[in-house]
Amino acid sequence: MTFSRREFIKWSAAGAGVTAMSGCATMGGGAGRVVVVGGGYGGATAAKFIKLWAPDIDVTLVEPNQHFISCPISNLVLGGNAQMGDITFSYEGLRSRGIRVIHDSAVAIDADKRQVRLTGGDSLPYDRVIVSPGVEFQFDQIPALKSAEAQNRIPHAWKAGAQTVALRNQLTAMRDGGIYVLQIPMAPYRCPPGPYERVCQIADYFKKAKPKSKIIVLDSNPDITSKKGLFLAAWNGLYKGMIDYRPNSEIADVDIKGMTVKLQFDDVKGDVINVVPAQRAADIAVKSGLITANNRWCGVDWTTCESVAVKSVHVLGDATLSASAMPKSGSMANQHAKVCAAAVIALLKGQPVNADTMMMNTCYSFVSGDSAMHVASVHRYDASQKSILPVKGSGGVSAAASGAEAAYAWGWARNIWAEALA
Amino acid sequence: MRRATILLAVCITVGSGGLQIAIAADSQYPRSLAATCFTCHGTDGRSVNGVPPSLAGQNKDVLLKQLQEFRDGKRPATIMHQHAKGYTNEQLDLIAGYFAAVIPGRAALAPVPR
Repeated sequence: MTFSRREFIKWSAAGAGVTAMSGCATMGGGAGRVVVVGGGYGGATAAKFIKLWAPDIDVTLVEPNQHFISCPISNLVLGGNAQMGDITFSYEGLRSRGIRVIHDSAVAIDADKRQVRLTGGDSLPYDRVIVSPGVEFQFDQIPALKSAEAQNRIPHAWKAGAQTVALRNQLTAMRDGGIYVLQIPMAPYRCPPGPYERVCQIADYFKKAKPKSKIIVLDSNPDITSKKGLFLAAWNGLYKGMIDYRPNSEIADVDIKGMTVKLQFDDVKGDVINVVPAQRAADIAVKSGLITANNRWCGVDWTTCESVAVKSVHVLGDATLSASAMPKSGSMANQHAKVCAAAVIALLKGQPVNADTMMMNTCYSFVSGDSAMHVASVHRYDASQKSILPVKGSGGVSAAASGAEAAYAWGWARNIWAEALA
Repeated sequence: MRRATILLAVCITVGSGGLQIAIAADSQYPRSLAATCFTCHGTDGRSVNGVPPSLAGQNKDVLLKQLQEFRDGKRPATIMHQHAKGYTNEQLDLIAGYFAAVIPGRAALAPVPR
């Protein structure tokens, strides 16, 4: 018994909630043209895997920065347990795979013409575009932090690079006995355990270099949002007496001259102040009509990562409206990227798309220079809920932080960097 | 190749339910499952420095047994027991089969530092 391909498509689509099929797909040469906007954990990984799995697809990556600088491990730079050189990589590995890497910014996506417009004036035609733009900070909520000068004085260091260096320099210049203040935004934000890992890393540095110094944590959230027991074990053990944690401490503004964080009912002074503002999907997502939730995040179909708002546009990483229990993490962006790459290839080639999407998350946090712990989860697409949900009974956190997990955490970093860039 | 996939889909459809049609219709399903492991174990299971271990080219039965033992709490682990519980037996079998079929070769290179 044999079927023509058309009969099969009609038949299987009728028989199950199977697959999105692309009728035509390719214009121009090869099997189609994909433009990827943003070369972070989502975008670089998606570009690599499309080229790896379908060399006949033309892939262009648009990324303004000359180098990939990793947010994961950047807290260790703040603590003096890693250097900027350890987290800074070139895009040459992707170029050597045959991916065109353009260092420019996308200003708009014209979905009707199927073109990405660049700041430099060029337009890149696409059959499918993948947008992995990361987050933009909502500085409008902290009026005094609007200027670049203010942001340099009170850094966020929540995008790795110059901001990481600025905060590290402030910490090394601070007197022994000084106070470091960290203000954490309301969830959801990029990297849920990141702020608490940062507290550990800076406490580790103070313990070694400036033992009279203290840390004040102003958390907008009512409690520690990730790996609470494991972080508290470090704070009450390794760093006993150094950390003053204050929940429900939403920021109203900062006083740059007075080096003060203004809360609703309180002012908190510090020698070094580190404010992580609330975040939303970056500007290109706003301009391209991809934002669908709370004026902040991009809703996607989790079997393809295609935007629910604009056809043929896929969105990855922190910019997406996270599914249930799905963190905004580098791991998750890496998983989005491979689901999306497989789907984009299938759609361009007129093949069935996998409807049984699986994703896995692994987030390590270093509690010192040589001890780490994790949170893990596994997610499976649920067609009835049209979402991807945590698998019951799976996932969890470390029993305790350990040196063995520090080695695995570095292994995770090296492999996820190679996934994106090698 | 395409015809083989189509026939497989048809055969399974006759015997069982909707979800499996979708699985069978995508010939890259084992690769998509295994790709969830690449994040920590390296692309195609070739781990950069061998930590965590490379999975590429390992014996399928041994890999599957290890995954099942992780899932059942019979093998000590820091994290693998939590991951293995997220997959069905059939999925673990496909994952083990994928990595067993990868040519081990040299581990992936780390990206070039600045």
